[in-house]
Amino acid sequence: MAWDWQMFCEDTLDRTVREGCFGTGGDITYLDWMLSAWGWTVSVSLLALLLALVTGVVIGTLRTLPDSKWIVRFGNGWVEIFRNIPLLVQIFLWYHVVPAVFPAMKSMSGFTLVVLALGFFTSARIAEQVRSGIQALPRGQRYAGMAVGFTTWQTYRYVLLPNAFRIIIPPLTSETMNIFKNSSVAFAVSVTELTMFAMQAQEETGRGIEVYMAVTGLYIVSAFTINRIMTFIEKRVRVPGLVAPGAAGGH
Amino acid sequence: MNLSFDFSFYNWDLISNFILKGLYFSVMLTVVATLGGIFFGTLLAMMRLSGRKWLVVPATIYVDGMRSIPLVMVILWFFLLVPMIIGQPIGAEMSAVITFIAFEATYFSEIMRAGIQSVPRGQMSAGQALGMTYGQNMRLIVLPQAFRNMLPVLLTQTIILFQDTSLVYAIGAYDMLKGFEVAGKNYGRPIEAFVAAAVVYFVICYTLSHLVKRLHKRIAIIH
Repeated sequence: MAWDWQMFCEDTLDRTVREGCFGTGGDITYLDWMLSAWGWTVSVSLLALLLALVTGVVIGTLRTLPDSKWIVRFGNGWVEIFRNIPLLVQIFLWYHVVPAVFPAMKSMSGFTLVVLALGFFTSARIAEQVRSGIQALPRGQRYAGMAVGFTTWQTYRYVLLPNAFRIIIPPLTSETMNIFKNSSVAFAVSVTELTMFAMQAQEETGRGIEVYMAVTGLYIVSAFTINRIMTFIEKRVRVPGLVAPGAAGGH
Repeated sequence: MNLSFDFSFYNWDLISNFILKGLYFSVMLTVVATLGGIFFGTLLAMMRLSGRKWLVVPATIYVDGMRSIPLVMVILWFFLLVPMIIGQPIGAEMSAVITFIAFEATYFSEIMRAGIQSVPRGQMSAGQALGMTYGQNMRLIVLPQAFRNMLPVLLTQTIILFQDTSLVYAIGAYDMLKGFEVAGKNYGRPIEAFVAAAVVYFVICYTLSHLVKRLHKRIAIIH
């Protein structure tokens, strides 16, 4: 079976091979399309990561507050809800149900809704890691904060969170890589990211193996890049002697 | 806010015609992929821990490779490749079963690797002192303890697997989510269908993860 990589240089409309592989004057080749799909994958993932980090840190911190039963329950409920519904179902909820319930959200694009879905889904996992990171710290740290007269906010801001963040960088690395992988589920609501491109280009050109190989390669490149960046951050902020608790599983 | 949901169309006919059929496939896929995944995952873990390069390298490449690409892509790959390799078309359902065994084996292998490493070395030495072969040692001494130590993690992974089965949507296999979707389309109530799907998935996964937590407390060996 012969491989035909030339299909990437074909125009997506009339299937003629373009000089230089990139389309001109508004026409696009499959290569153009794939690179823009990669861009969508990266944008969905990074925005969802930002949302997940902010929400996850807040929820995870709330779950460790002393003497606030209802806040802790709210945090636990948040995590249970977003962890026990499959991501694809959550994406359908955001895409079909939420705009029907809140008419104000009808004008939101599929892209925004996928970012919300993926971000909140991941926030539950990050919240879980933030919680276990804070609880893994020696109790004395909290008491030390109280002893020097810090308020609860100050204890978290200056003592607990800076230490907890360093502990949870390894599990955060795998969560970041998971976001890139999970962004593939956006195909289901027609966001033209890599997986959607793979399915459509496969159908149009019949060159499934070449298309899938290129897309798989881009996913691996993305995962590898994230891994390098996070390792770099981890080295830069490391405090000697602090080690991470066992990393959580997941996809 | 507009909360005018109407669930009245959920009668028994609809449930048995559309949803139970899908639920049956989702559960079957989960069970088969868990059993197959644990079997092949344990083999992969033993390969990686064997210390023999010709076993370690291929197992490591397979496990790390599978784990670095999205499951949806793996599902698409298998759906494309398996019919090419065996030379005849297979259904989406069969393709999903093969994919999930091959994919989940890599996740189970990481769990089993940790499990095998959690068994103290002295256990293996004791077996060797009794004259046991490597195979006997693994089967009679190391693996039973590894399974026991890892049981809660294996079950948690099974719950994740159950959630992941919804991704067979990509190749159009008929699982529980598909059942809800089709029912919603046929009765013109897609929104209620997705809400009901979310509730059912939540109840199943929440209950199971609660049971796993209780089991974990019960069987934890205090070192």
